[in-house]
Order: sequence, then C-alpha cells, then structure tokens
Amino acid sequence: MGKSYSPGLTVTDNIVLKKERILPLEGEVTVKKGDKVKANDVIAVTRLPGKVIPLNMANKLGSTPQLVGQFIKVKQGDEIKKDQILAETKGFFGFFKQTVKSPTDGEVENISKHTGQMLLREPRIPIEVKAFIDGIVVEVIPKQGCVIENVSAYIQGIFGIGDETIGDIEVTINDCNDPLTLEMIKPEHKDKILVSGTVVSYEAIQKAISTGVKAIITGGIDDHDLKKLLGYDIGVAITGHENIGITIVVTEGFGPIKMARKTFSLLKQFQGHQASVHGRTQIRAGVIRPEIIIPIEFDENALTDVQPSLPFLEIGATIRVIREPNFGFIGKVTGLPEQLKVVESETKVRILEAELENGQKVTIPRANVEIIEDH
Amino acid sequence: MATSDLQRIIATDCGSTTTKAILIEFVDGEYRQTVRGEAPTTVEEPLNDVTRGVVNSVQELEELARLKYNNPNIKFTDGDEIIIPRNGDVGVDAYVSTSSAGGGLQMMVTGVVAKMTGESAERAALGAGAIVMDLIASNDQRPNYEKIERIRALRPDIILMAGGVDGGTTKHVVELGELVAAADPRPRLGKAYNLPVIYAGNNKAVDAIKETLEGKVDLIMTENIRPTLEKENLGPARDKIHDLFMEHVMQQAPGYSKLMSWTRGPVDGKLQNIPIMPTPAAVGNIMQTIARQRDIEVLGVDIGGATTDVFSVFSEEKIFNRTVSANLGMSYSISNVLASAGLENILRWVPIDIDEASLRNMIKNKMIRPTTIPHKLEELVLEQAIAKEALRLAFIQHKEFAVGLKGAQQKRDISEAFDQEISGGTLVNMMSLDLLVGSGGVASHAPRRNQTAMMLIDAFLPEGITRIGVDSIFMMPHLGVLSEISQEAATNVFEKDCMIYLGTVVAPVGKCKPGKVALSAEISLPDGKTFKEDIVFGEVRLLKCGVGVKARAILKPGKGLDIGAGRNQPMETELDGGVVGIILDTRGRAPFVMPHESSERIPLLKKWMKELDVYPEEICK
Repeated sequence: MGKSYSPGLTVTDNIVLKKERILPLEGEVTVKKGDKVKANDVIAVTRLPGKVIPLNMANKLGSTPQLVGQFIKVKQGDEIKKDQILAETKGFFGFFKQTVKSPTDGEVENISKHTGQMLLREPRIPIEVKAFIDGIVVEVIPKQGCVIENVSAYIQGIFGIGDETIGDIEVTINDCNDPLTLEMIKPEHKDKILVSGTVVSYEAIQKAISTGVKAIITGGIDDHDLKKLLGYDIGVAITGHENIGITIVVTEGFGPIKMARKTFSLLKQFQGHQASVHGRTQIRAGVIRPEIIIPIEFDENALTDVQPSLPFLEIGATIRVIREPNFGFIGKVTGLPEQLKVVESETKVRILEAELENGQKVTIPRANVEIIEDH
Repeated sequence: MATSDLQRIIATDCGSTTTKAILIEFVDGEYRQTVRGEAPTTVEEPLNDVTRGVVNSVQELEELARLKYNNPNIKFTDGDEIIIPRNGDVGVDAYVSTSSAGGGLQMMVTGVVAKMTGESAERAALGAGAIVMDLIASNDQRPNYEKIERIRALRPDIILMAGGVDGGTTKHVVELGELVAAADPRPRLGKAYNLPVIYAGNNKAVDAIKETLEGKVDLIMTENIRPTLEKENLGPARDKIHDLFMEHVMQQAPGYSKLMSWTRGPVDGKLQNIPIMPTPAAVGNIMQTIARQRDIEVLGVDIGGATTDVFSVFSEEKIFNRTVSANLGMSYSISNVLASAGLENILRWVPIDIDEASLRNMIKNKMIRPTTIPHKLEELVLEQAIAKEALRLAFIQHKEFAVGLKGAQQKRDISEAFDQEISGGTLVNMMSLDLLVGSGGVASHAPRRNQTAMMLIDAFLPEGITRIGVDSIFMMPHLGVLSEISQEAATNVFEKDCMIYLGTVVAPVGKCKPGKVALSAEISLPDGKTFKEDIVFGEVRLLKCGVGVKARAILKPGKGLDIGAGRNQPMETELDGGVVGIILDTRGRAPFVMPHESSERIPLLKKWMKELDVYPEEICK
C-alpha cells in the first residue's frame, strides 16, 4: 500500500486558523463581521437559566394535587421575590392558615395540576464568551457567536489540563532535553507561559501555581505527579475543566519524554510573544486536543479558506514514534512493505521501515507512529 | 433472498477507534469471509466524516482482494463511493454496516421504582444497543433539583421514560415528566431538533404526559414496557429506539447521512436501503441466534476501546440480557480500568516485576494514543492483565443486572419454601453455562489463542464444564447486521469463519486445600491417546484436542467439590476440543484466591502460563 491516512498532531509556524466561539445557549453577539478583536474581548453574552427548585405544594399545604390550584397566589411565568407568599390555605375562620413562601428570587416555571408540584427557577446567570485569540471576525452566527480568523503559529498538544488562558511565552531552558525545575521558576514568571523539555515535576508545578504562572508546556508529565496534583486518577480523558490555577499542555505523552525539536524550536522562536493556550482534551466522540495558538502579524488578504489537510503516511514522511520501543523518537519513513510482519510481541501487523533521528534503522507497527505535518 | 443476487458483500463496523471491513463472497456453494481490511475511524477533525474511514478500509479490502485473486480488475470503490450493484469484478451486491463511533447511542432512562420499571427501561435501552448514561427514578434518593440538573447536564441522544403498570397510579410518572420538562434537555448532537423522548409507561398517564411534555421535546408514545409487574414488554420501545437512532442520532453524526445512503442491498429482488445498526445490537442478534439454534446457555463479551459489553442468554426461556460498562475498555477507557480495579488487582495477573510509575505511564499513553498496539512483549502481557480486570469488572456489573423481574409474584411449592430467594435473583449461573464467547480487539487479535483462553478463564472463572470460543477477527457485528438481509450468509460465515472454538475448560467448584486432589481425570482421545491424572489443587493442565474432536472423559471431583453433577459426584461425558484444547483448571472456584505476596504469586503465574503455553519462554522462565 503506497499511501494511507494516519492521524497526527499539527506543529507549524504559520497557519490560517479559524475558531468558532459559541455561547452554550442563545444570546447576544456583541461583534460584527469585519471587527478586529483581541483575545480578551467579549464577543457574545447570554444568561444561563437559573437552578430549578421544585416545591411539592400538595404536601406542604396538606391538600391533594387537584385541589392545590385554589390556594396558589401566583401564576406560571410570574416573577417572584424571596419570601413572597406562593400559596395560602383559607384556614379555619381565618386561623391555622398554611402558607408557602418562596425560598428564592426568580420566576414560576410550572404549576402542575397532576402532581401538585410547583417549579421555581432562580434568576438567570450572566455569562460571557471571549475571543480567546486575536483576529478578525469573519462570520457572525446570529444569537450564538462568531468565527474568528487569524494567522498563527500553532501547536497541538496530546494531552492537557486546565481551561483557556492567555500569556507570554517564556523559554528558560536551553534544550528540548532539559526539564523545567523548581529553581528555574522565578517571581518574574507571573502571568507567563513556561516551557519544559522532558518532564515537569509535581513540585515545580506547585511552585508555578504559587508564582502565578499561567501555563506550562511540557514534553512529558509523570502520571503519578498528575494524580497528586489533581487529587484523583483521570479515568476517561475528558479534561479542561480542572480548576487548579494553571493550564498544562503535554506535547508528547506520559513519562519523561523529550519535546519534539520542532515544537521546542517554534516555542523558542516565539519567546516573548503572546499565546492563547488551553488544556482541553477529549479523546473520544469528537476529538479535542490542547492547543497553543500564537497569533502573528498578517495581511487580511492572506486569509483564505482553510482546507483540512490529510496527513498521509508515505515514503519520506516525518513521523514520531508513539509507543515503546523508541517512544518519542522522530524519524523519516523509508519503506512501507505490504506484507504483514510479526513483531516482538508476536503480533502480526502492518509495519513501516524508518530511519530515526539518531541514524538507527527500525521497523515499527504503522499504528505506533503519527505523522508530523510539515507546513 | 436468492443467492444469485448476493455473490459479493461488504460489511463494515465503524468502531470508536477503527473501521473494520470484511468481504463476504459466495464460494463453492457457500458464503465465506475472504478478505479483511481496516482503517482509523474518521469522525473527528480534520476529516469529520465517517465515510473517509469506510472508504479507506474498503480500499484496503480492494487491494487485498486483488492480491488474493491476482486480478487487477477487482474494484469496489469508484472515487469516494462504494459501487453497488456489481457488474462482474466491479462493485458489490450489498453493503451493510454497524456503528458505535462517536460514542454510540447514548440514552438516559427514567422509571418510578429504580429496581422495577427503571430496570426494565434500562434493559430495553441496553438491548437496543445503547449506553445508559443514567437512570432517574422517583425513589433514587436524589432530590428533584439534582435530578433536573443531571438531566440537563447529560445531553443524551434519546430519553426513554417508563413508570407505573397499566392502570396504576399516575402521579409519580407525571412528576418525572415534569422534571424532564423543567430540565429542558438538549440533544447531544445538533441544535436543530428537539430531543426525542419515548414514553413507555402507565397507559393511564398518556394524556398528562402529553400535556406536560408536548412541544418541549419530540414526544413519541409507545406501549408500556412493564404493563404488569409480572410482564416485561420491551419490543415496542426497542423498535422505537432503533427508528430514532436512524432518524435523529445517525443523521447528526459526521458523515453518517452519506453513509446511510450507501448501505444498500437487494431485498425481494430490488435494491433497497439497509439501516445501519448499533454495533452492540448486532452482536446481541448473533448471540441470541446461537443460543436459540443450539438450545444452549451463552455468555458473550465484546471488549472494545471505550466500552465492554456483556451479553447473556440464560434459563430455559432463553432470557437475553446485555450490559454495557461504558468506561471499561482497552484504549480510551483503559485508564479507568486502572482507577476502578486498582493497581494491585492488575498486577496480580502480571508474571514480571514492573514498577508502578512505568505501568501508570504506559496506561495513560495508551489512553491518549488509543490506536497504538503493543510492540514489546512486556507491554502485551500488561495489556492482557488489564483486559482481565476490565472483563472481570464488566462481568460483575452484568451479574448484578441480569436478574429476574423484581416485584413479580412467584409461585412456589412446599419443597421450595425453605430455599426461597427473593424475586430478582441473578440469572447468571456459571455452572450451567454451556458456551463462553470472547470478542473485541484484545480477545480476537491476541497473538496466541491460548492468551484469549486464559483471559476468558481468569476473568469469568467458568465453573464445571464450559466450552469457550472467540470471534476470530471480530466480525460478529458485521454478521449481526448481515443477518438482516441474508440469514444464510450470516450463518455460513459464523460457522466457518467467525467462531473459533478454543476448547473446553473443566473447573471443580468448592473449597479445597493445597496438596489435596481436586480432580481425577481420565480422558480418551479418538486417536487412542489417553490422559490420566489425579490433579492436586492449584494447578492447570492443557490437553491438546483439536477443533471438531470430541474426547471421552471420566471426571471425578475432589472431596467436597462439584463439577456439575453435584458435590463429590463423578461424571462421564464428552469434552469438545478446540484450537487450544481441553483445559483442566484446579485453581479453585468460589473461591478463586491468588496469593497476595508477589514472591508467591509470580512463580505460580509463570507455572500456569507455561503449562497453558500462553507466552514465549522468556516470560515464563
């Protein structure tokens, strides 16, 4: 087989990037097509529905669901205030009245004659969506959000934790083989995005958090440290919601693995530049990988429609080995034999031949490499 | 279906990790599976179109078929589409597919009493091939506001509402309807349509449910799933789920509307659309067919990258149950196996010393790069140890779920009066089980079939005499959907190419002391060879006995033990061979206990693995 599709991660110094920024619920879009936006600008606002509070009125009034209606003092859709009387029985000659007061401000959502249940809804919660990247609004999706386009240097991580953040890139290490250590983190790194080559320890991450570092980009992370950091073991890789005071993007994998030289060089090249970073990862049902987006100056005419590029495994392609042995090594494909081959584990698989960056010639199961796209 | 209409069929299964394609051809008077191809599933960026993975896997089939028949004219695809109908070497007569990609079918169910109508709703959803994200019941202890938040947060594909027997009280089921309405739930995929909600509860509450939910959701009414406490009526709700899966869920998933137009085949002489089936529903189809056709009890497992499904058909009535352990799998969910089982339970199956940090990192790396395969032997051993734990945990969940109807009145005679179990006991009986079948990547693609046999035995601990088998290259889903257009093709391929009998395991049940004889076996093979041994407790023996060969056996359990005829009762029987053979397992059942200390455990594991020829010498020495 000459060519086959093989998923890989994008690392490039120049890409036309489109980002859809959408509200979780319909609301108001505050930008228009053609607007130039900064990462921290608000592009849409909405108000999320408040919590629902069910009240079993039949029980509270000592009545049946069918009779509850005659005691209710409000109607569906009414705005209500905390402690406002919602229902009251007639009592006995004006005495022994049963009253039910509202436990919250909000509105009456529903009153059921079948169950005698009243549903109250707390006031709506305002939320904003920010641009996240510097760029131009190229499309407004009415009531939902917009699409922002720019030209960026762009790195996809393999795994991350923590949500969207923005900061300036600071490379304190000299080589992609160097770890970011505790001692390297200084007070002046507050609000910065730091880079680690091979691995970053639990202690260094804690120091970064206390220093106010926005994010760490690292080649590897030890799972044991991650567990200690989060306080739990990640079962299914759906991340990004962690609230630990820092965003971490892992570019290679778990364990001490040196960052790919291309990724490291790119970060070094953009030392001091502002980057938009998130650690959101979802490996299944619509894959999401962490991103490092470094907007660069661009001419608006340079923005053209982005066609999804298809990474193909072919002779000459640059690959990264993503499983032992040689995990983390970069190489070039030198052969794609058609016949299945038995590897050390006795598994019969389709393999490729490659020459690694250290000159070693190897055969690797095709499933154990990913293509590094050269843009 | 005339066989002349169906000479060449392509079937694909779009899994969460890979899309597997098989070619089925009518050869020498019968249907056979001839070529297999696979490619990564492409429901994600940048492709975002399931059909790309399908085309890639079918193109691999095409290339392999050309090589196999040395015929460059064979062609299945034209650009980016599968060619139907066939014209000589070009095209195929039918194309069918199953799918679990994009998270499969995700449902939420409701019921008034969790263990009664709630469980029935869960059974209907699971039987239709869904993952049940949550069961909301009137009596589930959560306050109502929490239930509302949960319904809103989940974003299922479909909600199935059950509750109440026909004519019973309506209050609770309507209250559940109000909770659903208050949550204003949105579907997982697509914003352009209302969430489908199937109501299959008390018929007296239909009007009130309509009043509560109509306009807010896409409300579909069907027959009550539990019309009386003694009767479960799952069929109509399952059918509705299948319809909705096609109409709503599949239409929204990336590329599926295109794929749905591709799946076609001749029905009654005309080329017609063949609906895509959820993968687990297709596997369930096949399991039930085997159990009914052969009048046996079957337990099957399909261990995938994200989920593990367990299917069982037990009792004389051939009651079918399926469970899905949504977060137990060998790639996407592998880390959750570690979190659920604990490191110690995984390490108890590993015959080599490995440090915790390396194991943890290896598991996480598999999770983030789910399509990789073990290159090094050590990693294969670790993956298979993890698989045993995933299977064990999924089986525990299955046993708890595959139960009789709770709340049903039971007639008993006086002899049963002192031996009463409450209604709703588990239906799973490992002693009466006839056939245990494994399926899914780690089971089907293990380099040695002996590894599959040991994984199944260690995880499920079959008791007495049990035949074990494996889906050869993971094609049960394909055959499940194929049976919709040709029972003959599905049956032919199942018997000839799909099911590989590994052999038979004999395991005495009961407590026994080390050094004591647990099983005396005298086994005669048709070629005249005999095996005779008093096997002490804590051993395994492998007796080579090929596929289709039956051995005569006189089996005598050790004192206090049972191999199916009762305690201390000997048995004279026939044992079926297989690609692995007959396995005599005296390591103990009920209980099966492994030494805690690795210094004791590792030598034992090596001894068993060597005896069963599970791994190369370097692991077992």
